[in-house]
Amino acid sequence: MINLDLKKQTLREVNDLLQNIDTKANLRNYLVSNPSGNHAVCAGLKDEMEVLIKGHVGYYCAGMNQKALITIEGNVGTGVAENMMSGTVHVKGNASQSAGATAHGGTLIIEGNASSRCGISMKGIDIIVKGSVGHMSAFMAQSGNLVVCGDAGDALGDSLYEAKLFIKGSVKSLGADCEEKKMTKQDKDTLKILLKKSKITDLKPEDFQMYGSAKKLYNFNIDNVSEY
Amino acid sequence: MCGIVGIYLKNKDLSKNLGKYLAGMMQGMATRGPDSAGFAIYSDLKKPKDFKYSICLLNDFSFSSFKKLITKKFKNIKLKQVSDHIVLTSSEEPKKIKSFLSNHHNNISLVGYGKSIEIFKQVGNPKEVIKNFNLDNFAGTHAIGHTRMATESAITTNGSHPYSTGQDECLVHNGSLSNHNNLRRILLNEGQKFDSENDTEVAAGYISNSLLKNISLKQTLINGLKDLDGFYTFITGTKEGFAIVRDEIACKPAVIAETKDYVAIASEFQAMAHLPGVNKANIFEPDPGVVYSWGR
Repeated sequence: MINLDLKKQTLREVNDLLQNIDTKANLRNYLVSNPSGNHAVCAGLKDEMEVLIKGHVGYYCAGMNQKALITIEGNVGTGVAENMMSGTVHVKGNASQSAGATAHGGTLIIEGNASSRCGISMKGIDIIVKGSVGHMSAFMAQSGNLVVCGDAGDALGDSLYEAKLFIKGSVKSLGADCEEKKMTKQDKDTLKILLKKSKITDLKPEDFQMYGSAKKLYNFNIDNVSEY
Repeated sequence: MCGIVGIYLKNKDLSKNLGKYLAGMMQGMATRGPDSAGFAIYSDLKKPKDFKYSICLLNDFSFSSFKKLITKKFKNIKLKQVSDHIVLTSSEEPKKIKSFLSNHHNNISLVGYGKSIEIFKQVGNPKEVIKNFNLDNFAGTHAIGHTRMATESAITTNGSHPYSTGQDECLVHNGSLSNHNNLRRILLNEGQKFDSENDTEVAAGYISNSLLKNISLKQTLINGLKDLDGFYTFITGTKEGFAIVRDEIACKPAVIAETKDYVAIASEFQAMAHLPGVNKANIFEPDPGVVYSWGR
């Protein structure tokens, strides 16, 4: 494992190194210590590698991630894994607001709670929160899956498009155009894979309630795609 | 933007470190507010009849001229100069001292008074302001700080936080209020006084006005969720401790770290990364629209 210490190196040096690794090298394991709440730690990584961040980080950690597996042993600030394209971001603590915002792909696993606007405008990411999420989560979520093992706050899935929301606990209130849905076999299979991926063994798809768009607010028709 | 910080010491043995802890927290928030900075330190006076007055010297008015002026009028006073501020201690009736000070408002500004509070604020980068006031050397029970990125009013000492509109009270604010003009009018009618055009001062006046009606701080802040329109995270201090509340949309950040020795609040975690034992603290984000408070 290659050690990077943010007490000894600048954030820019560390990020620059991780963003431009030798893609022919076999050793792809990095340890980042002393993050001390810095912003944008491990933002913009684009190659396959494993990074372990030991401590709490600030905003936009692991933003725009592609292919990398980034684990944070601590809490994360606003916008963890925002605009992620692929790869995995694993938060061992709690996440602040807008976790996984606008992310196109990859997997975000949060062991603790996520606060407001989790998965806002998500575009294909899978987000698994083992605790609860705050208000306005999955606001205008377009695609992907949000799994919450705890409760959801006010206005869940407001102005939702095609994303699917699986909630185990209570939902304080649903946002405009979000409604309870019946899970199909395909939905259950998707959820089963996500639970397995995040090592949740004590829950099964039947424990969850699914929510999706009532489609009264948007009228996209695939046959008319050439008109848009 | 703006950065806000606060620290309340549960372990009294740490009181001599209060200034050092707060200085590190304000430095950590310099990126959120480079225009001006200020802080309130609570440390109780020994004599029960005494009051402290935090006074800011304006327009290059000197400490010696102030001393001459005030000793002519009052006998029983002690003065301590800290940069362009003076802490005056006296057992005279607050009404008399306050009216004397307001008669000289061209040269001095009273930024806070009470039995415990001392307030210092200045235009400039927080790193400089902390140095000017020697914040490292302050001791006390709890403290609140602010680093300002100006939006609603000018970059002046008057436009800097914390705002104090009542005895031992102060408020720091990250955000902006949209109904402050209307609320100021209502509060002026009820007898509240304001020194600036700043939105936060109106919120501070709103809190003081409510406390005067014997409404508890907690209930005041709950009522504020309806009456104050805008974005905010507030930390409000009293002689006994402090409270934090975020508006229900909760766009303005806050993080709390609690250990057996202290409770620390900051806009971002990086402001408290230097505190002892913070990595093992109970760290959480205050829920929107919920009042959290700590005190003795």
